[in-house]
This record gives sequence, C-alpha cells and structure tokens, in this order.
Amino acid sequence: MPAYDNVRIARKITRPTALDYINHIFEDFVELHGDRGFRDDKAVVGGIASLNGVPVTVLGIQKGKTMEENIERNFGQPHPEGYRKALRLMYQAEKFHRPIINFINTSGAYPGLGAEERGQGEAIARNLMVMASLKVPTISIIIGEGGSGGALALAVTDRVWMLENSVYAVLSPEGFASILWKDAKRAEEAADLMKITASDLLDMGIIEKIIKEVDGGCQNDFGFTANLLKAKLEAELEILMAKDTDTLLKERYDRFRSFGIFKE
Amino acid sequence: MKLFDNIKDNLDKISVDTLKERAEAIKNAIPKPSPAKNKNENKKDKKEDIPADSVKCPSCNKIIEKKALGKLKICPECGRLFRMNAKDRIKAIADKDSFKEMDINMEADNPLDFPDYSAKIKGLQEKTGLKDAVKTGICTIGGYECAIGVMDSGFMMGSMGSVVGEKLTRIFEYGTEHKIPVVIFTCSGGARMQEGIVSLMQMAKVSAAAAKHSEAGQLYVTVLTDPTTGGVTASFAMLGDIILAEPKTLVGFAGRRVIEQTIKQKLPDEFQTSEFLLEHGFVDAIVEREKLPDVLATILKLHNCKKEVED
Ligand SMILES: [Zn+2]
Repeated sequence: MPAYDNVRIARKITRPTALDYINHIFEDFVELHGDRGFRDDKAVVGGIASLNGVPVTVLGIQKGKTMEENIERNFGQPHPEGYRKALRLMYQAEKFHRPIINFINTSGAYPGLGAEERGQGEAIARNLMVMASLKVPTISIIIGEGGSGGALALAVTDRVWMLENSVYAVLSPEGFASILWKDAKRAEEAADLMKITASDLLDMGIIEKIIKEVDGGCQNDFGFTANLLKAKLEAELEILMAKDTDTLLKERYDRFRSFGIFKE
Repeated sequence: MKLFDNIKDNLDKISVDTLKERAEAIKNAIPKPSPAKNKNENKKDKKEDIPADSVKCPSCNKIIEKKALGKLKICPECGRLFRMNAKDRIKAIADKDSFKEMDINMEADNPLDFPDYSAKIKGLQEKTGLKDAVKTGICTIGGYECAIGVMDSGFMMGSMGSVVGEKLTRIFEYGTEHKIPVVIFTCSGGARMQEGIVSLMQMAKVSAAAAKHSEAGQLYVTVLTDPTTGGVTASFAMLGDIILAEPKTLVGFAGRRVIEQTIKQKLPDEFQTSEFLLEHGFVDAIVEREKLPDVLATILKLHNCKKEVED
C-alpha cells in the first residue's frame, strides 16, 4: 500500500482522537487545564487517571471531529502554552511518581504570530530536554499524525508506539515536496520516499511497537484497537515500573543516543 | 449568523481531507507565473554587474569589495553583519591556535537512500572544504577552556542531519565528562529534509545530551546567528543557560511564509529578529559581533571556568 494511503487514513476527520482513547482506556479521568502562565490551550488535553488501578498522568494532542470542535481545538496544532501545560503536568507526574502516557495526533505545532511571540521553539525545546530526564516511566503513542517537532515535543519517552495507519515525519509530505521539489503535488511520491509509516519506522528502530487496526482504519472498529492498546499499556507499564530510576534514565538516554546514520 | 450556521452544518459533513483536496484543486487551477525562472534571471543580472571580488550589501545596496568586509564580515558602509563561515567564526572567537577540532572526518550517510543526496554532499564538500554543517572541538576564549560548536550556513543552509546531531551530542558529552562549558554558535535552516525522521531525532538526541551536561552543573551558552530557525530553534538553540544573539539576526521556529499563509496577514519587518526575541523574553542579550569574544570570556570567568595557563 502506498504510504500516502496511511496519510489519508491518519488525517480522516472520523479517526478516533486522544480523548477517545483516554476515556476508553482509563478510569477516573480528571482533566486538568492551563499552563499557569498564559492560558489553557485546547489543542492539548491532560490530566490524571487510573490504568487498571495504577494512577497515571495522561496527555494528548487533541483534534476535533467537527468543524466547530476543530476551530476550538485549533485543528490539533498546539501553541507554546499547550506544550507548557504538558510540561507542567509532566513535572506534576514526576512529583507524585506517576507514569506518563501521551497520545499524539498533530500535523505540527501551530505556525502563528502569537505562537512565535510566546516562544514556540523554546517551548518545544524545553519539553525535549526535560522529558529526557523525567524520573518516571513514559510512553507515547502516535495515534494519527505525528507532525515534526510539534509531535516530538511529547515523544521523548521510554517507548514510542504507533497505530498501524498513523504516520510520523519530519514534516508533511506536502511540505517536503514543496521544499525539495517546489511542487506540493508530488506529496504521494514524497510520502513513499520519506519512510513515515509505522512499519518503516519499526524497521528503522525509531519505534518499538505497532498497534493493529482493522481494515480501512481504527474508526471502523475503535474497540478493537483501543482494547489492544490498553492491554499493551498495562503490560509495558509493569515492565517499566519495575526498573530502578537509573536504569530507566540510562535506557531512555541510550534510546535517543543511538539515532543517527553517518560515516567516520 | 444564520448564514454562517448553514455553512458550518455543511462543513461538518465533509472531511478535512476533502476540504484540503478542494483547496488544492482550486490552487492548481489558478495559472501562476514561474517565479523560479524569474529568480534565476534576476540572479544572473545581478552577477553580471558585480565584480567577482565584490558583493552587494543587502542593507545599503552598495557594492562592497569583499576584502573591505574584514575578518568580521561587516559592511563598512552601514554596519550590516554578513554571514560568517565556521572557520572565520572560530578564528574570530577562539584564542589564537587554541582550537582543536574533533570528529574531523565524520560525514553524512544516506539513511533514506534519498536520490542525489550523497552526490549533493560530495559536491558541497568539494565546494566548501567542510565535511558537513558544523565544526566542533575544544578551544579557549580569553584563556577559558570550553567545548565549542559552530554551525555553517554555507553547507546545506546549516541544516541538521545525523552528522550535526552527532557532533554536537559529542561535545556535550565531552563537556560533561571533562566538566567544561559548551558554547554553540547556531545558524540553521532547520532539519535536514533528506534524512527524514532521522534528522528529527537529532533534536531529541542533542537535547538529551544538553540535559545531562546541565544536570552535571555545567554551563551552556548559545549564540544565535543569522539565520536560526526550525528544528534547531526548537532544540539546542533555545536551551542555553545564557542565550546571546547577534543584532538583526533571524530567529524563529516556523518560516515567515508559512505563517503568513496560515494567518493570512503580512508580518511586520521586525518579526523574528533577535530584537523581537529580546523584547519577548527569549534572548538574554544582543551582543555586537566585535564584542562577542570579550562577553563570552566574561561569562566563562563568572562561572569559575578553568583558565588554561600557558607554560
Ligand atoms: Zn551595507
């Protein structure tokens, strides 16, 4: 299947969102708002919940399912205050020794005037740096689009998983084609070249696991994918929570340290 | 309001994909002039009336002899800062003969098997004398020892692929191990597209190494130079304990054109300059190019950094 078919499925407006997974997988979800600095960014959701009795912090980049909701959620494109809300809740998780589980679905961080004024670059950078050394287990799952730095800002975690039809890339195939070939229409060709599908990224060692979807995408049988994901999260958390902090941090460092292909 | 609601109801029924496709179809249906061709013609014209040993200053439009820019590459007419390559920058910042380069032979591979990438790298290596877009090593500044990384916009716009990520990670690790500060001069168009997701991962890799260096109590200073954008801004450029910038430097995350297309308004000239970042609280100080060695030496001194003693 051409990689661009995954892009189409990943972008479907009917595709289950972060809150769909959060509400299905966890109990006692209490949503927590705001970055304590500027405002509450509705493109990022977060809070505390229980995974089969274990208290966890959950975060998600949230798209809408209607035009109205998408306007409210800014089409799942966070501003700096969204990343700072996530950062606040991750520090809170560390304080209370809660594992962190992130659901990522964004075409990218919002490219806007206010976003630049309030330091979009700084907000993403800070998350990368802090997440590298959070003293609690962390797992992220790309559930739709994993767009560039805006997705990575929640994905510096012990484990990175992808749903079968999700994509994860340095930028959109359209952006890639227009930068390199000055022709956004060559997006399909770009998508094949870029290695953005879950199976390509598993082969490259960028992710650890693929969560299956039914034919045509997980919107056709949400329960199937969500239940599968829940079982895998429970099993993986047990493994990660058994590790002492030094081991956890060393393995996380080594995970990202290993990325890079060069000659010397 | 009624009218808007009607439109909205209809919008709910069609997917974003369809909307995007429609927008794309409309865009494609509009005939456009070929800007690429025009640009080339302009370039050619300009080249013809500027002698080979001169450049036209983009600020004052005067034709300046390259020699007249001096070691610091400053327009003698208006003071505009021209971009400096890594070699000239190191000469201007490090104490004489103190720079010892590391990882001299590291060069790009081709993680995506991207067509023509290897050939492009080879061509640029021959043209620039660089292996990739950053030089790293150790040096002293005003007698104070530090690990230093200097990016070079002359090599694929300073874009960050595996080589840039690995070399910078190594100087952070060196700094952590030897308890010395790290100084990085940034200039970059962002991620190296040809390396795809691997280039994105470099942002995390370098940031993780910077975190360890920081946890070890060591100082990290960034100097933002023109242009610092994209994935470099969204990682190590913004992570310095102290962030300095040269005057009138372009610093931002998203590209100006992308933002203008997204918000459908024209951005002010001062948008994404170092002065704009200073005003909004993202830069500690703007430092004139000629003062950078002294300012860096003072910062290192105030952090009790090791002073190399000449025998
Ligand atoms: Zn001038």
